[in-house]
Amino acid sequence: MPQYGSGLFVSIAHLIRGLFGGTTVTADVVMTVINSLIIWALIALAALSLILLERKVAGWMQLRTGPNRLGPRGWFQTVADAMKLLGKEDIFPAAADKWVFGLAPMFVIGLSVMVMAVIPYGKGMVPVDLNVGIFYLLAVSALTTIPFFMAGWGSNNKFALLGGMRAVAQMISYEIPLVFSLLGVVMITQTFKMSAIVNAQSHVWFILLQPLGFVVYTIAATAETNRAPFDLVEGESELTAGAFTEYTGMRWALFFLGEYANLFIVSAVAATVFLGGWQGPFLPGWIWFAIKVLFMVFLFLWFRWTFPRLRVDQLMHFGWKVLLPLSVANILLTGVGIYIYQLIYPAIGG
Amino acid sequence: MGNIGGGLVFLVFALVTVFSAYLVISSRNIIHSALFLILTFIGVAALYAMLDADFLAMVQLLVYAGAISIMVVFGVMLTLRGGPENSNGDTRNAIGGAIAALLTFVVLGMVIFTNSAWLTTGTGISGGSTVSDVSWLLLTKYVVPFEVAAVLLLVAMVGAIILAKGVDDSK
Repeated sequence: MPQYGSGLFVSIAHLIRGLFGGTTVTADVVMTVINSLIIWALIALAALSLILLERKVAGWMQLRTGPNRLGPRGWFQTVADAMKLLGKEDIFPAAADKWVFGLAPMFVIGLSVMVMAVIPYGKGMVPVDLNVGIFYLLAVSALTTIPFFMAGWGSNNKFALLGGMRAVAQMISYEIPLVFSLLGVVMITQTFKMSAIVNAQSHVWFILLQPLGFVVYTIAATAETNRAPFDLVEGESELTAGAFTEYTGMRWALFFLGEYANLFIVSAVAATVFLGGWQGPFLPGWIWFAIKVLFMVFLFLWFRWTFPRLRVDQLMHFGWKVLLPLSVANILLTGVGIYIYQLIYPAIGG
Repeated sequence: MGNIGGGLVFLVFALVTVFSAYLVISSRNIIHSALFLILTFIGVAALYAMLDADFLAMVQLLVYAGAISIMVVFGVMLTLRGGPENSNGDTRNAIGGAIAALLTFVVLGMVIFTNSAWLTTGTGISGGSTVSDVSWLLLTKYVVPFEVAAVLLLVAMVGAIILAKGVDDSK
């Protein structure tokens, strides 16, 4: 189907490249710098707007107004909050492990930037189109447990340490079904390349071929981002704020930023892998991508504000005894399905 | 990528790898050791990526660097009595360490330099996408070692569960 205006950003990128001689090293360097700046801006923008969206949706679901004082309909609330956080004092606890404590929030954001570099935002709009794209994404996401642990450890606070340990246990447990749920799609497309996965969905979205994979992915992604009903990493009555207990000001804000960047990332991956990425009729590809990401974000918000919270043992049982077998069954079913399909149409695969 | 640029990048990652490996053994705090170990693994992954072994680099990140956080958690749970200071104190046995390092080095050197089957630098096994080549080789030519490794891991996993939960004697 035709898309109009899809090539806007690609043309701009081409124009900038042209200024530096097309395919020279200088042009590559300039484009890399611009791309990474755009990713940083995107993280800030995503966090600011998603926090506002979260509070608005929460208000709507609970029959209240949400933030409504600052600016038209309260739209400037998160900007004001960010300003307030910028001005706050940066407190290091006296007994903290200084380096570990200080570096943890930076690693959270750094990892988010690294992951966002391989997401296809539109047709030809992948900052870095790696051959092992989705595998890279999963491998780097696997490292996100480490800053959580560093924060919990470095704070030298019992609640922070317990929260950090819980974050590690939860994120490791749910990472396995998360990875396995995406394998089905990789088996069908026979590639890790993000752009190729999107291209393979020009006729049918993989949510139709991999409904079980999508469900497992969505649940595991909710747990990976530590959002309700899996928000056991924080708990006011048991752990205070978990690993973030001792953080103040901008360092705390970086964790918050990372949390919403991760929400954006898991939504973007779901949109790319299961919902056809930038594929869609008439509208430009990047608008389709934005619509699909927003849909996924809304789904995650919906989960958060409607489901009751799980207990820690229920969480572990659910991860290991329900999600993991389901994701393995999905791989088996996909393999059998591909085999049958190959018997009918021998041209595919091999 | 130019040769000079490539060499520079290699130098940076090699230095990061070696220096953080040194900090792993010299750090007095076992948590710091573990965190530096992550950095070492990431450095090695970067070196793999520079050798065009992109799949291997990602496996290195996912399996080694990612799993370190579990190791750290166990380190905290099992070893820390009192404070973290000097929790990694037994790293000053220089003579024993030197002998062990030398022996490892000699054995590895002998294996690598006396066995000509290892020297495949001239012609790479994989061309183009390493992922499909690796998986193809794993499931055809090397399927027996692959399955043996899988069984080994399964045995280790079952053993870990039995050690953790204990055996029910009443049955």
